[in-house]
Amino acid sequence: MVKKIEKDYSRFRSIVRGKIKKELRKYITRGELIGKVGRNLVSIPIPQIQIPHFRNGNNPGGGVGQGPGDPGDPVDGGEPGAQPGAGDMPGEHLVEVDVSLDELAKILGEELALPNIKPKGSRTIQADKEKYTGIARSGPESLRHFKRTYREALKRSIAMGIYDAENPVVTPVRDDKRYRSWKVKEIPQNNAVIVYMMDVSGSMGDEQKEIVRIEAFWIDTWLRSQYKRIECRYIVHDAVAREVDQHTFYHVKESGGTKISSALQLCREIVERDFNPVEWNIYPFHFSDGDNWGSEDTRRCIELLENNIFPVSNIFCYGQVKSAYGSGQFKKDLDEHFGREDGRIITSEIRDREGIYDSIREFLGKGK
Amino acid sequence: MSSTRGIKGPSRSSQHLHDEIARIAEQIRGYAKSYGLDPFDTSFELIDHDELNEVAAYGGFPTRYPHWRFGMHYEELEKGYSFGLQKIYELVINNDPCTAYLMKSNSLVDQKLVIAHVYGHSDFFKNSFWFAKTNRKMLDQMANHGTRLRRYVEKFGESVVEDFLDACMSVENLIDYHSMYTPKKRKSAEPIEDLERDKEVKKIRSKEYMDRFMNPPEFVQKQRKAIEDQLARKRKLPEEPEKDVLLFLLDYAPLDNWQRDVLAIVRDEAYYFAPQALTKIMNEGWASYWHSRIMTEKVLTDAEVVDYAEHHAGTMGTQPGVLNPYKLGIELYRDIEDRWNKGRFGPDWDRCDDMQRRRNWDMKLGLGRKKIFEIRRVHNDITFIDEFLTKEFCEEQKMFTYRHNPQTNRLEIADREFEKVKEQLLFRLTNMSYPVIRVDDGNFRNRGELKLTHEHAGLDLEAREARDTLKNLFRIWRRPVHIETQSEGEGKLLSFDGERQSEETIGGE
Repeated sequence: MVKKIEKDYSRFRSIVRGKIKKELRKYITRGELIGKVGRNLVSIPIPQIQIPHFRNGNNPGGGVGQGPGDPGDPVDGGEPGAQPGAGDMPGEHLVEVDVSLDELAKILGEELALPNIKPKGSRTIQADKEKYTGIARSGPESLRHFKRTYREALKRSIAMGIYDAENPVVTPVRDDKRYRSWKVKEIPQNNAVIVYMMDVSGSMGDEQKEIVRIEAFWIDTWLRSQYKRIECRYIVHDAVAREVDQHTFYHVKESGGTKISSALQLCREIVERDFNPVEWNIYPFHFSDGDNWGSEDTRRCIELLENNIFPVSNIFCYGQVKSAYGSGQFKKDLDEHFGREDGRIITSEIRDREGIYDSIREFLGKGK
Repeated sequence: MSSTRGIKGPSRSSQHLHDEIARIAEQIRGYAKSYGLDPFDTSFELIDHDELNEVAAYGGFPTRYPHWRFGMHYEELEKGYSFGLQKIYELVINNDPCTAYLMKSNSLVDQKLVIAHVYGHSDFFKNSFWFAKTNRKMLDQMANHGTRLRRYVEKFGESVVEDFLDACMSVENLIDYHSMYTPKKRKSAEPIEDLERDKEVKKIRSKEYMDRFMNPPEFVQKQRKAIEDQLARKRKLPEEPEKDVLLFLLDYAPLDNWQRDVLAIVRDEAYYFAPQALTKIMNEGWASYWHSRIMTEKVLTDAEVVDYAEHHAGTMGTQPGVLNPYKLGIELYRDIEDRWNKGRFGPDWDRCDDMQRRRNWDMKLGLGRKKIFEIRRVHNDITFIDEFLTKEFCEEQKMFTYRHNPQTNRLEIADREFEKVKEQLLFRLTNMSYPVIRVDDGNFRNRGELKLTHEHAGLDLEAREARDTLKNLFRIWRRPVHIETQSEGEGKLLSFDGERQSEETIGGE
């Protein structure tokens, strides 16, 4: 039996969804969401989902309690200053709502107008199945369920006492109408791998890494919604590259020179070893502050991209995070060489947290 | 009756009910009556946690109208239950017959306790003066409300109805909690336009050439003035500031019929629930007092004592900074019973300041039981506290006031003085700790705008919510709306004109 509350509940969820959509930019730029991922759910604080009332503000808040203690003793037992859920405005009302990552991706897709990805490869069987599973009280006339509608109309006319057995004309009114309703089932059957590469040389500060982290989270969320199976590989590099796990990827701090080619070389090796491009959709993402060790290495990078990476990848993405020390030369070099219109590469500059939103759109907006 | 669809009546529920529970309920009912309790006929429904949470989300009425707020509440309850943070044992509905929902998974001792508790509530609902005016067929009424709202949703669309419902709910607390008990002699609402039409001075009919004599100009002038004056007075709408803002809106807001009905439904339900908030301490205290007596004196077997004690202690537990109405209520009833048994009341008692004598004071009057039954009939939380909270009780119960210390940013114990505790407690209970707001003028600035006045009692309005509430109010009134209040000691007029929020400082008092 479908419970009555389910309808109110899903209505509530859709309002939440709308709220998230409206404030998506804000959520995207906040790192804290990532910390709240658990069991594929994220807790998102939603402002003002509660119905506003004329209420007393809590300025000189106080009340009556019961128990031991002397005047001046704290009654909450908490740490001083441990005000939970501190918003930037006093008296802001936040409700924490759990949202599944799938739903988040959907919202992201709708709001950024991201096209669905067209996967490549032979195993791109995208099965859409529509099943007529239920009955609804509204719908297009073409789906009207005659028998049910008739039955309702009959019931009503008998109840109203207007049914005449001699002249059994039953006229349905709007309330009587019943329609078939359906559900769409999708069975995506594609695999994808994301290779995240990050420059961790001395010039990449904590803020730059945080930006990469946030951006990677959203890219991950989106791609996960598009593919059934996703693998992630992480590479950090300064003058040499090495493969690391996710935790290290975000937390490691190295210093030294920068040879981007080392990362691309390692990426190429990983892909060649583990991921057959016929079966896998491959997404290499590289983030750095744009500094590279001389034009010689940059030339080497371009060769690697041209000959080894582009041919196997859906798209190669380069995100350049602005830092105080970085020259930002690498993006310029790439753009000069490939041009802005090359379909195999997307470069994006991320100035600060605010830029993450637009950068995601640049990366994912092509539907590749 | 089709309107009670979804509620299983007593006859059907007995099928669901374990025979065991039915037997226990009957037995406990007998005990309750032997103590003098007089509950409604009460039917018990055993349901699972998700059903119970659903019913609870609807405020006890499974057939209530649809709204996302209930869905939100449901999520909270379900989450709380599944993470083991909270559990509802029982839910009891003020209705005749009374309906109580019990959680199926309760242990048998829990069920006994809860059933005894329910009979306490049921007696309170039936006999407290404050519930006398509530609709005892509310299960039916709520179902009717639900049907009407669903019909509007079908006719006008979900979001249209929902938007309006949101707006109504936003002002649902603007009712006059006491108007139920003091029916007001409101003059029948005369729309202003009718008066405007009658503005013409009634002349004595006469031939044209005689008119000057029959209706001398001075006379006509005077009459006109009188009418104008009367009109001016009438134009002041309401004539007296009106605390039942919802009623005023129902009477004067330019609403469509369905909107008026929705607003009326919201108001109706607000009044139905109001007495439960007015008597929270008394009602929970009463039910707890009786479950405790019935269980310990009659029902418990030796094997059950420990489980019972644990459950009872859990219910009575106090957390610092939170006042537990169950605890305060039960202790006050016990204190009163003890005092009236021993004759510790009246002028002699009050005048006596010999501590030794006071301690041993016992006139063996045995009036305690009678007294608490009388109290549950006539008092509400405010008068209960005001009249029966004593200094000794405060000390014994270790009551204190607390306040927020901005330096440490935490709540700290402020005082243990009896007067302060009582004052603070009463302050919190006044108007359900909602601000007191009245309709001041329904024709503000002579432009048909609505002006409310907030009776400032030390606390400012929560500014952000107040602005949003004004916006909602505008959706009902459809003309600019204002509220006069104070903010940080300054008189303010907050306004919303349909597009812009504004705030102006008005003359200090």
